[in-house]
Amino acid sequence: MPLEKSTTYIPKDDAQEYLWTMNFGPQHPATHTTLRLILKLEGERVVDADCDIGYLHSGFEKLAEHLNYNQYVTITDRMNYVSPMANNVAWHLAVEKLLGIEVPPRCQYLRVIVAELARIADHLVCNAAVGLDTGAFTFFMYAFNPRELIYDIFEALCGARFTNSYTRVGGLMYDASPKAIELIREFVKRFPRALDDMERLLTRNRIFIDRTKGIGVLTKEEAINRGVTGPIARASGVTRDLRKDEPYLAYKDFDFQICCAQAGDCYARYLVRMAEMRESLKIIQQAVENLPPGPVKVAVSERIALPEKWQVSSTIEGLITHFELIMSNRGFEVPCEEVYCATESPNGELGFYIVGDGSPYAYRARCRPPSFVHFALFPHLIRGHTLSDVVAVLGSLNIIAAELDR
Amino acid sequence: MASPETLQKLKERFPEAEISEFRGQHRAVVPAGIVHDVLKFLKEDVGLALIIDITCVDYLYYPNAKDRFGVVYIVGHPETAERMIIKTFVNDPAPTLPTVTDLWEGANWLEREVWDMFGIRFEGHPDLRRILLPEDFEDHPLRKDYPLQGRGERHNIPVVTRDLG
Repeated sequence: MPLEKSTTYIPKDDAQEYLWTMNFGPQHPATHTTLRLILKLEGERVVDADCDIGYLHSGFEKLAEHLNYNQYVTITDRMNYVSPMANNVAWHLAVEKLLGIEVPPRCQYLRVIVAELARIADHLVCNAAVGLDTGAFTFFMYAFNPRELIYDIFEALCGARFTNSYTRVGGLMYDASPKAIELIREFVKRFPRALDDMERLLTRNRIFIDRTKGIGVLTKEEAINRGVTGPIARASGVTRDLRKDEPYLAYKDFDFQICCAQAGDCYARYLVRMAEMRESLKIIQQAVENLPPGPVKVAVSERIALPEKWQVSSTIEGLITHFELIMSNRGFEVPCEEVYCATESPNGELGFYIVGDGSPYAYRARCRPPSFVHFALFPHLIRGHTLSDVVAVLGSLNIIAAELDR
Repeated sequence: MASPETLQKLKERFPEAEISEFRGQHRAVVPAGIVHDVLKFLKEDVGLALIIDITCVDYLYYPNAKDRFGVVYIVGHPETAERMIIKTFVNDPAPTLPTVTDLWEGANWLEREVWDMFGIRFEGHPDLRRILLPEDFEDHPLRKDYPLQGRGERHNIPVVTRDLG
């Protein structure tokens, strides 16, 4: 394959030769990830932008066709690496929908807790990055401190801090230990103070407001027309939240609000994320205080989840199930059907479209990545703003390139 | 999950749509010729105005499959939990569908990804370039006849050496 001249960007109009073309990325500290923007500038004003993505494309969807339903969870960790737990939950929820099983209540509650902790971690990183890019370094440090506590909780739950792979088909890898529950309780107690500190630092900061207010405005009609979901849509006044609209897992048991704003600019997106963290904390608190007892995996008779070690060594059903699931020519039965299952991930609607063909491998596992849909907005949002606003808009969209390119 | 009224309206307007249900999800298989009309009807007359996803499945090795590619459109209601999956089939050679970018701006990148990964052309798309893969890539890697490890593209990338002179 010989190297050829790129055709990604060809200046179309000769009459506008006074315009500058600027290459932003793929390796630029303010993109935070690997993506490239080709900006057309008139002085400092951005006239047009073109996005060039695919630098982190690693064929996750192709890999899904060659890994079984439990193995693929390790790949979902690497999609949105800021909140891997939310991806784990989304993937196995979709698989369980295809199989038609429901996990026990304790497992549902624990999944809600980890998904909401992941949401807090994701929003902390996103808001910290917006703050950092607009000059608020202290805020960045304040936000990364509670994130560390969340990673400690994840470590206590599953042994890994970053790439968790905590869920399994029909349950979880381990039950939560008393130590992990204690850490979650402590986090619930300590986090509101950290959040108050953060709000005092940035929410009414003059420089931050000047840099973000009225920048990158997305109206409600445009948000719907462009398929935007999650906090970005809610900052534009779309009230859609899958946790309320189609309550999956145990979300219908909890009392929480959907946080919305009307303005649709970068500042509104910051405010929505800040408010959502408080609501997530409410959900975690309710879930951890009402955590039901019982198993975290479906019953052995369902032949979906691996039985516990004591069941394998002391019961014949456990032994048979273990054998049936481990042998390479066995496994659980998957219907020849297709299913789409979406969850409200921190970034927006994260859905998996799974096609089963009866084998232990998915025939096709499409991931509907929120970042991909949101990054398509970027040229529209930045048009007419200045070069220094690029980082504010990019940060407020929370683009995670690994999820963008998959 | 689609409401009974939506299904009723869809059946009346497009009798050729085959509606089925699985795990509480409603799907309609429609001929490729009317897919644009169906989506326009759902968007403008029913209110499923949110494009959630456009994707494709290559049914080459699928048991009992008759057609090669199934293109899937998932549309949703911006305020309620209502959604609907619309599916249509296209075949080799030169699988082509009409674009829906005139209905939804958000369909632009989603259709580009389907073109990139499956090689399905969208007639009337304003900017149908490859999106994730390099422009000079020749295959469509999510097709089932494309091997997992590629066809040697990675081994033929020219090595750029550092010129110390």
